[in-house]
Amino acid sequence: MAYSFDFSSLLDYTPVLVDGVATTVALTAVSTVLGVALGIGGAAARTSSVKPLAVVVGAYVELIRNTPFLVQLFFIFFGLPSLGIRLAEWQAAVLAMVINLGAYSTEIIRAGIEATPKGQIEAGASLGMTGPQIFRYVVLGPAMAKIWPALTSQIVIVMLGSSVCSQIAAEELSFAANFIQSRNFRPFEVYFLATALYLALAVALRWIFSLMGQRMFAKGVSRA
Amino acid sequence: MRFAKILGALGLATAVLAGGLAPTHAKADALERIAKEKVLRVAVPQDFPPFGSVGTDLKPVGYDIDAATLIAKEMGAKVELVPVTSTNRIPYLTTGKVDLVISSLGKNAEREKVIDFSTAYAPFYNGVFGPDDIKAEKVEDLDGKTVGVTRGSVEDIELSKIVSDKVTVRRYEDNNGTISAFLSGQVQLVATGNVVAAAIFERNPPRQPILKFLVKNSPCFVGLNKNEGPLLEKVNAIIAKAKDDGSLNDIAKKWLHAPLPKDL
Repeated sequence: MAYSFDFSSLLDYTPVLVDGVATTVALTAVSTVLGVALGIGGAAARTSSVKPLAVVVGAYVELIRNTPFLVQLFFIFFGLPSLGIRLAEWQAAVLAMVINLGAYSTEIIRAGIEATPKGQIEAGASLGMTGPQIFRYVVLGPAMAKIWPALTSQIVIVMLGSSVCSQIAAEELSFAANFIQSRNFRPFEVYFLATALYLALAVALRWIFSLMGQRMFAKGVSRA
Repeated sequence: MRFAKILGALGLATAVLAGGLAPTHAKADALERIAKEKVLRVAVPQDFPPFGSVGTDLKPVGYDIDAATLIAKEMGAKVELVPVTSTNRIPYLTTGKVDLVISSLGKNAEREKVIDFSTAYAPFYNGVFGPDDIKAEKVEDLDGKTVGVTRGSVEDIELSKIVSDKVTVRRYEDNNGTISAFLSGQVQLVATGNVVAAAIFERNPPRQPILKFLVKNSPCFVGLNKNEGPLLEKVNAIIAKAKDDGSLNDIAKKWLHAPLPKDL
């Protein structure tokens, strides 16, 4: 059965694709900022001396890391309305992505924190710094520098995972691809282009984070 | 002697052929045969609720089964239900295994070449559904509202043709997503088939899918073999009577949780 390729049929749907890419980028940007902030807070909580806080955050991390993102998303979007909390698609998508990224980045950043040499902390204490000050000025910077590549990878994973949000009709890139395919019946062309766009987005994201890493953590000296 | 044998064999062969070609009652008038044997064989679905499925006692139940039973009773015959699938229902009819096909059969030009159709006996339509408190009698009333639909389905394509920019259409990847969105209130209305709406009603939903208006109508017809004029007339007469005296409406309310549309 000969399949005749026809990429020109995609040109009619350029606005749909552009919207999709823009939505994916927006979702990723907001989720990254909030998710990493949540991760830093979570890591601080898990390494703090306040045991109940560490346990609660530990439970959250284990829950999110051991359940599928799709199920978490459906719970937020379809399940919460039964409890009276009804979120729009983009709100549910961002919330799910933030919660997801927050759990994974908590563990990644915690690894960086726990790799801090004890001498550094003792030095900070001997200078009269309080616990939070030691965390902010001595521990956090080098920790982020150590785990920056791992964190970048996780952010790219969450960006690619935003394609799951098409399941709740959030109109990002995967939704755009599925929509176009159901109108022009050309799955090869549509999904080839969608793959290329995701690849471009992922490469761009890694490059941006690599630049950021170099500016902030060059030569092993943290400027964060 | 040999010539006589050959002639005899030829004669025998001719007689057999002639006998076979003589107009026999091999395809007797179906209505006559049904009246004589008092059995009406009907092809019904077993995998498509609410039109036909298998109950817990493994007996077929559904709209089509009730319709078949009604028609058989009016003919004074016993109904013999023959379970079929979408692919073999028409072949079963054309090869004479059944007299009628009552299996949510839609009418189209290709099928018209091969079989005959009765008048419509069951509604099968795509429409916009929603709870009582939302008023929407035509597509213009959808402005400013959200409608959920399954991406790529017939109702998606038909609805997208007729809605204005002011309507928010949310497309979900499958029927389950669309139904979940409607039941959780994430969309106010849903565009789907009346069969799906009936399935939602079965589950005693928190928000009820009541028909607001039709998007596309494709009712079900009884399928008959071609050249069965008397049977076709009888079936049409029975359907008309069932519509008048309300018995068809009762079947519709029982299986589809909605009365028959006026224009059926």
